[in-house]
Amino acid sequence: MSGTAGGLTIRGLRVVFDGFVAVDGVDLDVAPGDIRFLIGPNGAGKTTLVDAVTGLVKASGSVRFGERELLGRDVHRIARLGVGRTFQTAALFEELTVLQNLDIAAGAGRGPWTMLRRRGAVPDDVAQALEAIGLADRRDALAGTLAHGQKQWLEIGMLLVQDARLLLLDEPVAGMSHEEREATGELLGKIAADRTVVVIEHDMDFLRRFARTVTVLHAGKVLSEGTVAQVQADPKVQEVYLGHPASHEDAPVAQGAEA
Amino acid sequence: MKALTEMNPRVRAGLGFALGALVLFAAAPALLSDFRLSLLAKYLCFAIVAVGIGLAWGRGGLLTLGQGVFFGLGGYAMAMHLKLADAGPGNMPDFMELYGQLDELPAWWAPFADPAFALAATVLLPMLVAFGLGTLVFRRRVRGAYFAILSQALAAAMVILLIGQQGTTGGTNGLTDIDGFFGYDLDDPVNQRMVYFIIAAVLLGLLALTRQLMHSRYGELLVAVRDSEERVRFLGYNPANVKLVAYVVAAGMAGLAGALFVPAVGIISPALIGIVPSIEFVIGVAVGGRAALLGPVLGAVAVAWAKTALSERFPGTWTYLQGAMFVLVVAFLPGGLASLWGMVRRRRETAPAPAPAPEKEAPVLVKGAA
Repeated sequence: MSGTAGGLTIRGLRVVFDGFVAVDGVDLDVAPGDIRFLIGPNGAGKTTLVDAVTGLVKASGSVRFGERELLGRDVHRIARLGVGRTFQTAALFEELTVLQNLDIAAGAGRGPWTMLRRRGAVPDDVAQALEAIGLADRRDALAGTLAHGQKQWLEIGMLLVQDARLLLLDEPVAGMSHEEREATGELLGKIAADRTVVVIEHDMDFLRRFARTVTVLHAGKVLSEGTVAQVQADPKVQEVYLGHPASHEDAPVAQGAEA
Repeated sequence: MKALTEMNPRVRAGLGFALGALVLFAAAPALLSDFRLSLLAKYLCFAIVAVGIGLAWGRGGLLTLGQGVFFGLGGYAMAMHLKLADAGPGNMPDFMELYGQLDELPAWWAPFADPAFALAATVLLPMLVAFGLGTLVFRRRVRGAYFAILSQALAAAMVILLIGQQGTTGGTNGLTDIDGFFGYDLDDPVNQRMVYFIIAAVLLGLLALTRQLMHSRYGELLVAVRDSEERVRFLGYNPANVKLVAYVVAAGMAGLAGALFVPAVGIISPALIGIVPSIEFVIGVAVGGRAALLGPVLGAVAVAWAKTALSERFPGTWTYLQGAMFVLVVAFLPGGLASLWGMVRRRRETAPAPAPAPEKEAPVLVKGAA
C-alpha cells in the first residue's frame, strides 16, 4: 500500500545538536534486498543517523528512499512512505495485546468508518505476521507481559504489517539468547527478500552471520564500507576499535571470521 | 458471579444497560422524593461530563482540567434560548432591562431565539471551540501538565469574560430564574421529572456511544497514543488527530451536560463553570476510575452526592473531605473505585493456587514463517 520499491540514498547528511556535530556529511547507499549493518563505537552517530532518516531529528543534506526525498517531512508522513524502525528498548503499547499492537501497526491507511468500528476477524496480514514472528499462540497476551526477545519480534512484526519497505532496526538482538539471535537473523533474511534492511548492531557474531554489507561509522563520518571481509581487513577500522593498527586476529570484526 | 465474568461481553454490556435503565427509570423515581430526584438529575449532568473526561483523560491521557468551559458554553447557549423564550417574542430578558444600558437585544443573542439553533449550538459550539483549541495545542505537541494548565487558564478567562460583560451575560449572577423549558413550566414537578428522564436517557445513550468508541479500533489507537505517542507516529499516524477526536467528543458531551443542567437546576452562572467546578469534574472521574466506562459516572455521582450530604451536615469542612478523598484515591487506588471490582475478582481467582510463574520462553521463532 505504501512506499516504492527502491534503495536508500543518503548524501551529505549532517546533524548538529547545539554545536555538536553528531553526523558529519555521511553518504550512504543501501540497495533493495540488502542487509546493511551499521557499526561503530558509542557516539559514532548510528542511532542519530536513523533518527534523521525517520524524521525524529532535524538534519541537512539529502535522504532519498526510492524517488522520494525524506528530509523535511513529518515523522508520520515518512512512515507512510514505507519507512519503519525499531528502538533500542522495545517501544510497544504494553497495555494492549499482541494482536492489538499488530492491528494498529497495520492500520495507518484505514478510513474513519473502519476506525470507528470494532475489529471483526483478524486481518490476513496480521495473521501472517503472527505466524512469522512465532507469537500466534500469545496473540491475546498483553504486550507488556512478553519476554524480552518476544517484544523485539513483535516490533519486527509491526514493521511487517506496517508494510515498511525500508526497515531500520536499532540493536534488534540486544539481550537475546543465542537461539533467539539465530531465529531473528533467519527472519531478517526472509524479510530482506523484497525490502531494504538497515541494522545497527554491536554483536559481532550476529553481524558475521547475517550481514550482507557493513558500514562503519566513526565520529559522525563513514570510516569504511564493504562486505564483512573487506571491512575487517581495513586498518582504519582496526585502529578505531583497538586504538592502533592491529593484525587481523585482534580486530573485533575479524575474530573468527574465517571459521 | 463467576458466570457473569465468563459471559459474552456484549451480552454482559446489554444486561448492564438494562440494569442501569431499571435503576434510573424505575427505582430512582419510585424511591426518591421530588427534591432528591432533581438533585440526582443534577448529578447525572456531572456524570455526562465525566463520561467525556473518562474518554479523553482515561483512555487518551488528556488531563482536561477545563471542561467547565464547554459545560458553560452548552449551559449558556441553552439558558439564552430559555431566557428569550421566557421573555416572549420581541422582548429582552429581564436582567438586561434591570442593569443593562441596552435598548435592543445584542446581535449575538438573536439567533438563540430559534430553538433548533440553540439546541445545535449547545453541542456544536463546544465542539467547535475544542476543535480550534485542540488543533493548535496538539499540533504543537503541548501535553501533560502544560495542557492541563492551559485548560485551566481557559476556564479562568471564560469566567472573567462572563463577569466583565454583565449587561449581556448576567455577570456573576449568571442567567437565573428560568421558568420554562420549550413550553413546559419547570415549576411543575411532573415537568421536572420529565427533565430528569431526558437527562437519564441522554446519559445512557452517551454511555453506549462511548462504549462503542472505546471498543473500536479508534479506542485501541487512543490508548496507544496515550501510552506511546512517538511510537504511533512512527507507524504512520498523526497523534494530534487521534487526540483531537477524543477532545472534541468530550467537549460535546460537556456542552450537552451543561445544556441539560439548566432546566434541571434553573440557573447557569460563572461559579458553576470556572476553575473549581472544572477540577471537581476531574476529581469525580479520578475517584470513580478514569479508564473504566462506568467509573467516571459512579465517581461523579458519588462525589456530587457526598458533597450535598456532607455539606448539609458539616458545612465548611466539605472542601477538606473532598481533597482528602482525592489524595487517598490517587495514592492508594490509582484505578479508582472501579478497579476494586477487578482486584476482588483477581484475589478470588488466585486464592486457591499461587499465580503460575511466567513460563520459560522457548525460541520457536520462524517455525511457521511464511
